[in-house]
Amino acid sequence: MFQTLTSRFAGAFGTLRSRGKISEKDIELAIEEIREALLEADVALAVVESFTENVQNHALEILPTLQAGSNQAEAIYSVVNKELTEILGGGARRIRFAKKPPTVIMLAGLQGAGKTTLAAKLAKFYKDQGETPILIASDLQRPNAVNQLQVVGQSVGVPVFAPEPGNGIGNPVKVARDGVQFATSKLHSMVIIDTAGRLGVDAALMQEAIAIRDAVTPDEILFVVDAMIGQDAVKTAQAFQDGVGFDGVVITKLDGDARGGSALSIAALTGRPIMFASVGEKISDFDIFYPERMASRILGMGDVATLAEQAKKAFDGDTAKKLEDKFSSGEDFTLDDFLEQLEAMSKMGSMGKLLSMLPGAGQMKKQIENFDESEITRTKAIVQSMTPLERRDLKVLNGSRRARIATGSGRKVSDVNALVDKFTAAQKMMKQMRNGGSIPGMPPMPPMPSGMRGPGGAAKAPQKKKSKSGNPAKRALENGSIS
Amino acid sequence: MGLFNRLIAKVRGTSSASAVEWSEIESELLASDLGPTLVSALLAEAKKLPGDDVENAMKEILRSKLSRKSRAISSGDSTQIVLVVGVNGTGKTTSVAKLATRLHEEKQSVLLGAADTFRAAAVDQLTTWGDRIGIETITGKEGAEPASVAFDSAKRAIDENVNYLLIDTAGRLHNKNDLMAELGKVRRVVEKVAPVSEVLLVIDATTGQNGLMQAQIFSEAVEVTGLIVTKLDGSARGGIALAIESSLDIPIKFIGTGEAATDFAAFEPEKYLDGLLA
Repeated sequence: MFQTLTSRFAGAFGTLRSRGKISEKDIELAIEEIREALLEADVALAVVESFTENVQNHALEILPTLQAGSNQAEAIYSVVNKELTEILGGGARRIRFAKKPPTVIMLAGLQGAGKTTLAAKLAKFYKDQGETPILIASDLQRPNAVNQLQVVGQSVGVPVFAPEPGNGIGNPVKVARDGVQFATSKLHSMVIIDTAGRLGVDAALMQEAIAIRDAVTPDEILFVVDAMIGQDAVKTAQAFQDGVGFDGVVITKLDGDARGGSALSIAALTGRPIMFASVGEKISDFDIFYPERMASRILGMGDVATLAEQAKKAFDGDTAKKLEDKFSSGEDFTLDDFLEQLEAMSKMGSMGKLLSMLPGAGQMKKQIENFDESEITRTKAIVQSMTPLERRDLKVLNGSRRARIATGSGRKVSDVNALVDKFTAAQKMMKQMRNGGSIPGMPPMPPMPSGMRGPGGAAKAPQKKKSKSGNPAKRALENGSIS
Repeated sequence: MGLFNRLIAKVRGTSSASAVEWSEIESELLASDLGPTLVSALLAEAKKLPGDDVENAMKEILRSKLSRKSRAISSGDSTQIVLVVGVNGTGKTTSVAKLATRLHEEKQSVLLGAADTFRAAAVDQLTTWGDRIGIETITGKEGAEPASVAFDSAKRAIDENVNYLLIDTAGRLHNKNDLMAELGKVRRVVEKVAPVSEVLLVIDATTGQNGLMQAQIFSEAVEVTGLIVTKLDGSARGGIALAIESSLDIPIKFIGTGEAATDFAAFEPEKYLDGLLA
């Protein structure tokens, strides 16, 4: 996601950092680099121009006060970060709930943007928060769209109101109106209306969307857009805004490698915030869109806040507490603890997704994409083939024990050796961290399993953050996220 | 006269069009998703041209970027197996149906293979289309291995000696290695029965620069032989398709222009270029 954009930004800031004292010329060069990067990322030209202009003005403004300071590149970085967050829609906005339920949400967008799948994800998201959503099948156009909604609705355990078979039969406006009435009578707290995909230029279909809107007066109309859309995003978003109108944007397929410039453009040009992002084919691959986190991620600073949140969900309170106690009491971090963490991590989702949220992930794009998920299983197998004594004290591992572990886990002795070496190194590092003051609030990160292979086949550890972020907003996020 | 023509008219005859006018042309070209690389190459060439007929000259430059490979769908005495691939939501299933309609109207015998066993109701969607056209759709059990459905379809197609087998596959993002590997497997397994004669990549006309990556990676996985550009009836001009033709030499074979089964046509380069510069 946004990865190429990220590596371009990383390049521009790298150049800035290498300068002892930043001159106006340096800033201009960096801005030129950023402009090119944004264009390649499908950001609309108008947005590119205003973004680069704002960044340049702010950067030049603060430059005189900066030149004496030591952290110049970081200061410029935070200007860009702020500007980017602004463009992505400032703070995240949540759904406005109706004063009198049900809250009616209507989805609109081009064909193939992912509305039907999104309807189910949205329903699941709010069901988990205690709402009682119902899906309404108002896409009577596309063959078997109704059927698809029923299938996905069932998979998330949300009822689907589908009185018409679809495939061109039935009146979508009537279905929507009846659906909302039905939902009200059955005391559903939320209604999500799936509509047919339509082009911005199709006046007749736009009229239909308006008719649906007027029939049900939705509390939120969400414009669903594919992250891969190009410069046409501007025209399409405008056409939808002028037509049916919308209150928020949902960006889908953000797990692709599209640079997502459209996301920037739509939020900036229509003034409608991006509210949700869909990041995978699984129903749970969906979240609220956090502009400030996304800005950090685009700029290659990682998305530590999201990572921390997921960690919090996966590590139950006891495990985290136990680890923290262990860490602060000076006890050694053992392979048993490591195993516990591996298990918690598999609960958090795919390793590739987790790794991509780490700072510096932009530079490790290839490795992350090629991360072999079964490597975690293999690593677990090695640890599980050890006796309790061995897990506590790696020093007892002589040749014959190692050979036994290798046979037991179906791995090579060299794999066992590699794990032991890396784990010992990690233990040492943790000791140093403890002595040198720990990162507040962060549970100890386990060493990397050897699944991340570079072209040379050697496993590469992720770059550790050298210091706390120079960006106060980000530091606050880090400190506040897990405690 | 379209916006682009107006701009061209402005610079026409003036051997030294001002920087402002060129930058307007640049933004017009960028707006059609040709991408910064191709646009700057075009502008560099265009600036060298004598001033009298910039529009035709521009078209000539664009024409020279098109692929020279055949734009006709493969044909022959044996069964032609066509694999239809692409990222999610570009319109693969609809394109398969439209292509089937077209071939059916040309009195070719057609069989459909529903190898998109992933997306909910995708198989039903294709079967519905098949019933409408009056051709058979080979399906597997729900959640079946796509390669096995493709294999069964290929076997049936060869046994019945139909002219065309069109295999619909699940949409997949090209940066998912496992899913791309799955697609490679579909092809390999089909080829145990008979060679695949055509792999069509479906590209959404609204796609931005990411389309290049899509085409490149899909080609690496399954050797794409042609493009179907869909949703060209919208406001998007589909410049990304030209960018793909120009950088990867994969010809556009068909375009989709609407929701009806007949809103589908063979690609006509001249019309496309007119649309691009309209």
